[in-house]
Amino acid sequence: MSEEPETPATEMPEESAEDIGPIHPLQKLLDNPWLLLALGFVVPFLSYTVWGWVELLLTKKAELP
Amino acid sequence: MGNMQKDKMRVCSTTGLPVCLNAELFIKLNAVFGVVALLVGSVAAILLALTRWETVALLNPLGYYQVITLHGLNMLIFWILFMEMAILYFCSTTLLNSRNFSNALSWGQFGLMAIGMVAVEYSVLAGRASVTMTSYVPLEAKQEFYLGLILFAVGALLGVVNFFGGLYIAKRDKTYKGAIPLVVFGALAAAIIAVFTIVHGALVLIPTWLWSIGVLENPPDAAWYRLIWWGLGHCSQQINVCAMVAVWYFLATLTTGAKPLNQTVCRFAFLMYILFINLASAHHLLVDPGVGSAWKMWNTSYALYLAVLASMIHGFTVPASVEAAQRKKGIGGLFGWLTKAPWKDPGFAAFFLSLIIFGFGGGITGVTLGTHQINIIAHNTLRIPGHFHVTVAGGTSLAFMGLAYYVVPLIFRKEYPLRPLARLQPYIFGFGIVLMAIGMTLAGSLGVPRRHPDIDFTGARIAVDMGEAAPFLAMLGIGGTIAALGALIFVVLTVWAVFLGKTNKGRAMTSWQTPEQDRVTKSLMSSGWNPNEKGLKPKGTVVLTFIFLASFAVYYFSNWKALVDVWPVK
Repeated sequence: MSEEPETPATEMPEESAEDIGPIHPLQKLLDNPWLLLALGFVVPFLSYTVWGWVELLLTKKAELP
Repeated sequence: MGNMQKDKMRVCSTTGLPVCLNAELFIKLNAVFGVVALLVGSVAAILLALTRWETVALLNPLGYYQVITLHGLNMLIFWILFMEMAILYFCSTTLLNSRNFSNALSWGQFGLMAIGMVAVEYSVLAGRASVTMTSYVPLEAKQEFYLGLILFAVGALLGVVNFFGGLYIAKRDKTYKGAIPLVVFGALAAAIIAVFTIVHGALVLIPTWLWSIGVLENPPDAAWYRLIWWGLGHCSQQINVCAMVAVWYFLATLTTGAKPLNQTVCRFAFLMYILFINLASAHHLLVDPGVGSAWKMWNTSYALYLAVLASMIHGFTVPASVEAAQRKKGIGGLFGWLTKAPWKDPGFAAFFLSLIIFGFGGGITGVTLGTHQINIIAHNTLRIPGHFHVTVAGGTSLAFMGLAYYVVPLIFRKEYPLRPLARLQPYIFGFGIVLMAIGMTLAGSLGVPRRHPDIDFTGARIAVDMGEAAPFLAMLGIGGTIAALGALIFVVLTVWAVFLGKTNKGRAMTSWQTPEQDRVTKSLMSSGWNPNEKGLKPKGTVVLTFIFLASFAVYYFSNWKALVDVWPVK
């Protein structure tokens, strides 16, 4: 847990990038809505949609006895 | 104030936050349509509860499927998404100190969603689309049903684009310092999930609509339809989860002066939602033959548990932040922070009940039912609606009701009438939902199916006796009726407040809390206190966490035992 004072959930943290020096890569990711948007679409699309779709395409039609 | 023009903004007399007047208009429009949907859905809920309570058996089968379609769409789609649009406008303007991105986009958002909703309501009420919310092909509704849903989804997408545009201009114009506020980050997570959801809506509904108007000869493949439709149907509920958690953080601050213990950890939890929560759609396909076990287990267990971890982080940090705020006010004891909480403030009561109902009810049942092996004894039984009524209704809807108790006085600048009834309303709704969900879960454990108007198959040659489920179906009927009445009380009070309520323009809203509670909370909100300082450790929340984990273990392993009883290994 951070020892730094935290701001309310509705207010911005006080520190700017210049104040706190190098930014952690995780924080950079969290501050980039466009990268989050891309990841938030691609990860579930590959894992759920594409994989599931491919499995359905590879399913052979049942043959009548 | 930020990039807002002075004649197009005002300063909130209660919170001191800037309010963009253009955004305020769209917050109002979306909230009003959301409440209208809640009204329709609540009336439908009473009819359904009194049908599943087989002693009453109110509706005939055709009426049942018509009303369940109406209920599902109004409660799970229209009420929730209109409210979420209102939240996106609020977050991208007031909380970022910025103007609305585009009024044209906003009118497009609201207009398309409103037209889409009206088209669907007409189609269902006219008996042209009694296909339930899922509308599995080859069940066929009339074309305006699919077209209405497509328009609604496109409208929602425009709202999301407007939100991202709002983030862009706020950053460009430097209307805020550092990272965006945590509540806005939660709204961002909801917006990202919404993009995934809407794309799947387009993928599945456009070909189905083309089939309904005769352009395509055959309906989409049924297995493919289910795969893609649940990318819409379940993910739309994950938007709710993100928005609900953002509302928890917001109401915790507003009602107790709470601050998150650690913003980075909370944001990381939202990141887990963004990456993994949409995989939960696979739960619905756990007994489908087309997709294999590896796909099912990866998507519903291994990867999804990272999203479950996120929920557990939020489930700890939100009450812990409230506890720290209460301790900062000088309230001691292990649970003094809870017993002396502002329970008569409907914003706090709704938020905290939502947290408890969602965590203990929805979280534990969700993970258990989503386990591949256990799902086989629960799939398509009443246990499933038992689960999602404590997540979506007891969780999200209740949180949104709590939000409304602040949005109406702060944005509409109207005071709620009949305040003692408003203070009671979250408890009525919450109690009804919990009673109904327990009834559903117990009846489902006996094998009672979901989406079925007459489980005894009255008049059939082969009698089916589900008599042992009768007490639990009565619980369902009584609980559902109480919950629907709780929702209707909320609707009546809110409509009364918006159209006939006393205005509070030019002054602070009338507080829901006692003068002393109000004074201490406001002083905490305006001070730079540190929730991690000595003496504020959230010991009570830690105890609650262990009670939660013990409940989780008992429920989870009881279900494995129930599975073993079905298929004994000798």
